[in-house]
Amino acid sequence: MKAHSEYHQRWLRRPVSTYWWLEKPAYFAFILRESSCMFVGWFVIYLLLLVRAVLDGEVSYRQYLEWSATPGILFLNIVTLAFVLYHAVTFFQAAPQALVVRAGRKRVPPRLVLAGHYVAWIVASGLIGWVLLAGRA
Amino acid sequence: MIKRHPEPLLWMLFSAGGVLSGALMPMLVLLLGVAIPLGWVAPPSRDELLRVLGNPLTRLAFVALCVLSLFHWAHRFRHTLYDGLQIKHLNEAIAIGSYGVALIGCAFTVYLVWQVP
Amino acid sequence: MPDRIRLQVARYRPEQESEATFDEYEVPCPKEWVVLDGLNHVKDQLDGTLSFRWSCRMGICGSCGMTVNGEPKLTCATFLSEYAPGPVRVEPLRNFPVIRDLIVDIGDFMRKLVRVQPWIVRQTERSPTQDAYRQTPDEMDEYKQFSMCINCMLCYAACPIYALDPKFIGPAAIALAQRYNLDSRDQGAPARLKVLSEHAGIWGCTFVGECTKVCPKHVDPAGAIQRYKLTAAVESIKSFVLPRGAS
Repeated sequence: MKAHSEYHQRWLRRPVSTYWWLEKPAYFAFILRESSCMFVGWFVIYLLLLVRAVLDGEVSYRQYLEWSATPGILFLNIVTLAFVLYHAVTFFQAAPQALVVRAGRKRVPPRLVLAGHYVAWIVASGLIGWVLLAGRA
Repeated sequence: MIKRHPEPLLWMLFSAGGVLSGALMPMLVLLLGVAIPLGWVAPPSRDELLRVLGNPLTRLAFVALCVLSLFHWAHRFRHTLYDGLQIKHLNEAIAIGSYGVALIGCAFTVYLVWQVP
Repeated sequence: MPDRIRLQVARYRPEQESEATFDEYEVPCPKEWVVLDGLNHVKDQLDGTLSFRWSCRMGICGSCGMTVNGEPKLTCATFLSEYAPGPVRVEPLRNFPVIRDLIVDIGDFMRKLVRVQPWIVRQTERSPTQDAYRQTPDEMDEYKQFSMCINCMLCYAACPIYALDPKFIGPAAIALAQRYNLDSRDQGAPARLKVLSEHAGIWGCTFVGECTKVCPKHVDPAGAIQRYKLTAAVESIKSFVLPRGAS
């Protein structure tokens, strides 16, 4: 930019506050959505710890189950559930804007793209539930 | 030709991770993180879990879920630090750090799944 | 319904001060008046020194974008009565340097717009005496939405990424690039890909989605950007898998 002179006045540049994300509800919702990734990461660790405990033996597995029931971990996982749900809903909501699917020459309506995600979600959840819970004596 | 940089690949990993974690994690968190610890359902026995994990399809799904979710985390984490906290001068370090941690997690995941009988 | 409303208008007089200040004016508030009418009343009757841009006053020229009560709006399309009993805070558009009062400099956008080559690019030209470039209504529908952009810059004012990183190419520029990429008459997609796939191109966007929310012409720049990310990602796989030079 040219230096200011009598023919080119100084422009006002307004700085962006570090707390810009608190200025609008939409910005806060965005940062919340982005923060959900921390809980996704945490749950991967939780899953890996489970597999390691299972591999280490019966005692390790028992200890893991006890640990997972302690108030701190339980609370963390309840919060994780909330954030993971928020992530799923916002991610699926964004999908139709990004994914333009064509069936022949017509464009699949965004509502169907969204519905497809939810159907896949329900089917996957059902599958997980069946794998983990079914076959009990 | 276009200057090669990894952004397109990282974004695809992020997107895939987002879809997988969105579709699979809610139920997994509900069961493994809340319902079983609270005693709403009985936990699977160690043998049952080993059998489930031993199935080649579950192995694949589990590795895919963990690997892609880790990259999903890394990509979002790095961008949020850059935008949310405006730590621009550490941009390279944060990027390398995030994806590096994700890669370590991926290696650990494969190592564990490999050990399942 | 009150028949007057208070406007709190940002002032910046570079020859006198180095910060913005606010002046208050009371203007009539008939139900058909928009914020622009209020500002024009101020300039005509109350304070002739107030400076602001406007032109068509019907939402097609894109000149009158300002921040009204914290939101980027076209002042010709925003009714004063919506904010009754007031006061209404009118500031210049965010994320651009202020020249004076409510006038911002959008030179950054103008330079970025040129870089995406927002015109029909042809590798092979046809002479006008040959066949015209024909297009079916379906082919026009592919890009029509993105052609509605009036360059009003509300999307740049709403985008937190642009606020934090002024190098980001921005929503409107990408939407306009897409308008031509998706035009069946255009052959310029590879050239635009080079510009858009830079770090400060599409990959800076984290899909906040505010740009689409504030767009007065329903262009959906966020959708254009995400769709283009997919296109660019597929292109990068293709260029990795296929031998170089084969295109």
